[in-house]
Amino acid sequence: MQQLVAVLVGVLMASSVYLMLSRNLVRFVLGLALISHAANLLIFVSGGITIAMPSLVPEGASRPAPGGSDAVAQALILTAIVISFSVLTFALVLAYRAYQRLETVDTDAMRAAEPRRPPPSGGAGDLP
Amino acid sequence: MSWLLFGPIVLPLIAAVVTGSAGGDPRRQRAMSLCSVLGLLGLAAALLTTVWREGVFSAQAGGWPAPFGITLVADHLSAAMVAVTAVVGVAAVVYSFEDVGSAVLSRSFHPLLHALLAGVCGAFLAGDLFNLYVWFEVMLISSIGLLVVGGTRAQLDGAVRYAALSLIATTLLLTGIGLLYGLVGTLNMADLHLRVPELANQGLVTVIALIFIVAFGLKSAVFPLFFWLPASYHTPKVTVSAVFSGLLTKVGVYALMRLFTLVFVGDAGFTHQILLWVAGFTMVTGVLGAASHEHLRRILSFHIVSQIGYMILGLALLTPLGLLGGIFYVIHHIVVKANLFFVAGAVRRLGGASDLSRLGGLYRDKPLLAALFFVPAFSLAGFPPLSGFWAKFLLVRASIEAGQYAIAATALGVGLLTAYSMTKIWLNAFWKPLPGHLVPPAPLPPARRRLLLGPVAGLAAITLAIGLYVRPFYELAERAASELLDPSAYVEAVLGEAGGPVGSAGRSAGNGAAR
Repeated sequence: MQQLVAVLVGVLMASSVYLMLSRNLVRFVLGLALISHAANLLIFVSGGITIAMPSLVPEGASRPAPGGSDAVAQALILTAIVISFSVLTFALVLAYRAYQRLETVDTDAMRAAEPRRPPPSGGAGDLP
Repeated sequence: MSWLLFGPIVLPLIAAVVTGSAGGDPRRQRAMSLCSVLGLLGLAAALLTTVWREGVFSAQAGGWPAPFGITLVADHLSAAMVAVTAVVGVAAVVYSFEDVGSAVLSRSFHPLLHALLAGVCGAFLAGDLFNLYVWFEVMLISSIGLLVVGGTRAQLDGAVRYAALSLIATTLLLTGIGLLYGLVGTLNMADLHLRVPELANQGLVTVIALIFIVAFGLKSAVFPLFFWLPASYHTPKVTVSAVFSGLLTKVGVYALMRLFTLVFVGDAGFTHQILLWVAGFTMVTGVLGAASHEHLRRILSFHIVSQIGYMILGLALLTPLGLLGGIFYVIHHIVVKANLFFVAGAVRRLGGASDLSRLGGLYRDKPLLAALFFVPAFSLAGFPPLSGFWAKFLLVRASIEAGQYAIAATALGVGLLTAYSMTKIWLNAFWKPLPGHLVPPAPLPPARRRLLLGPVAGLAAITLAIGLYVRPFYELAERAASELLDPSAYVEAVLGEAGGPVGSAGRSAGNGAAR
C-alpha cells in the first residue's frame, strides 16, 4: 500500500511538472493543483499508512498501540490541504483576472510588465 | 514574557481585521493602521531588549510541551529581524498615506499590509518547520494581494509570475517538510538539531537539505531561481515594492540561515559549498542585470538579487565572522533597500518619471531629495562611513580569513559595479539637466511632500546611525552569529526550560534522543 501511494506521488509530481512546463496559464494552474496533491500525499505516506488501525491511545496506556500510523502527519496534511485549497482558488482567480485584463493565457504573450523592447525616450512604456 | 512572542504576530493580525472592517472612513483606517505599526515597533523593541538582557527565550502555544506543540522562539537574530520589520512597517504606513492615497485602494492595502507583517514576524519567531511553512503561506497570500492592489495590466502580469514561482516554492517546502518528518519524526527545529545527527541515513538528509535550498532559494531569489523578482517588483505601488524588497526575500534568507546552522550542518562541506557558488553567481548576475537597465525600480530590483548573494555568502562561509557579516548585512540591507524604493517613488512623484532617460536636474531643483538618495544609494554600494561599508568589510574580511580569495574578489568587484549602477542613477536623474522636451511636474504641496520624504529621512538617519555608531549593531550581529554557531542556548530555551513538569519532560526528550 505504501509503495503504491509512493508511486502515485511520483506520477502526480511528474504530470504536474509536465503541465507546468506549458505556456498556457490554465494548464499551469492545473499543474499547481496536482503538485500540491503530490505534496499532501507525500506527508500522508511519511506518517505511515495502516488499514483498520485507528491511532488511538488504548485505555490505561500512555501512547498509541505500536504499528499504528502517525496522527501528527495527518493533522499536518489537513492544514496543508486547507492552505493549498485556498491558495489554488486564489491562483485561479488571479489567472482569470489576468486573462480578462491581458486578454491571453499564453504566458509568453504576457509582456505588460516587461515590454519586449525598451521604449524610445518619451514613449508610452513608462511603468509606475 | 510569552506575550512578547505572541504580540508581534497577534497585533498585526488584529490590525488586519480592524483596518479591513473600518469601511469607508479612510482617516480612521489610517489612524488605526499607524497605531498598530507603532505598537508593533514598541513590542519589537521590548522583545529585542528582553533578548539582549536575558538571552534566548521561548513560549509554547497552549502549554503543549516543546517537541509536540507549537513553539515560538526569540533569539538575537529573530528579535533583530522583528525589530527591523517593525521599522519598515512604520515607514511603509506613513509613506502609504501619500502613495496609496485613494480611499478605494487604501481600503484593501492596509489590511493586506498588516497580514503580511504578521506573516513575516511569525516566520521570524516560528520554532518549528511546519509553523514556518504556514507563515510563509500567510505572507504569500497577502503579498499577492498587495501586488495587485490597483489592478493595472503590468501588475497582473507581474503577479502571475510572482504567484507561480512562489507557489512552486511553498509546495517544495512542504515536500521537504513531509520527507523530513518521515525520516526524523519531528519538526521542532531544536529537536531536529538533536535528532538529525543521529540518523543512520545521512545521505537522505543531504537530499532533503537540497530540497530546502531550492525552496528557500526560490523565496530569497538566489541565482538560478531569481527571475520572478525583477519581473514583478517594479509593478505594484511604491510602498508595496519597498516592503517586499525589504522584507520578503530576507525571510527566505533568514530561513536558510536558521536551517543551515541548526539542522543541516552534518554535510556542510557539500551543502555550504553549493551555497557558496550560489552566492557568487547571485552577486554577479544581479549586478549585471542592474547595470543593463534604465528603469529606476528595475535597477533596484536587480540589486536586491545581487545583495542576497552577500547574505548567502556569510552563511556559506559558516565561520563566526562570516555569519556575523551576513546578519549585519541583512539588517543593514532591509533598511537601505526599502529606503531606496521609497526614494525611487519620491523621484517619480517629484521628478515625473522612473526612466532614467526622462529624468534630470533633480540635484538643482530638489537638493533635499538628492541628499536623501545619496545616503542609501552609496550605503548600498559600500562607501564608508555608511552602513554598507561595514557590512561589506566584514564579509570580505571573513572570506579572506576563510581562504576563499575568489569569492572575496567577486564581492569587491560586485561592490564596484554596484557603485557604477548607483552613479548611473545619480548622473542621469540628479546631475544631468532635464532633457529639453520634458517639463518637470507641478510641485507637490509641502504637507504631502513631507509624507513622502519623512519616512525616507527616517530610514536614512538609521543608515547613518548604523554607519557611525556601528558598535551596538556589530555586537548584536556578533551575539546572533554566536548563537547560530552554538545552538545549545537555543535548544535549551526550547526543550529545557519550558517551565515546571513540561520542562523536565522536554529535557528528558532532549537527552534521551537516542532512545
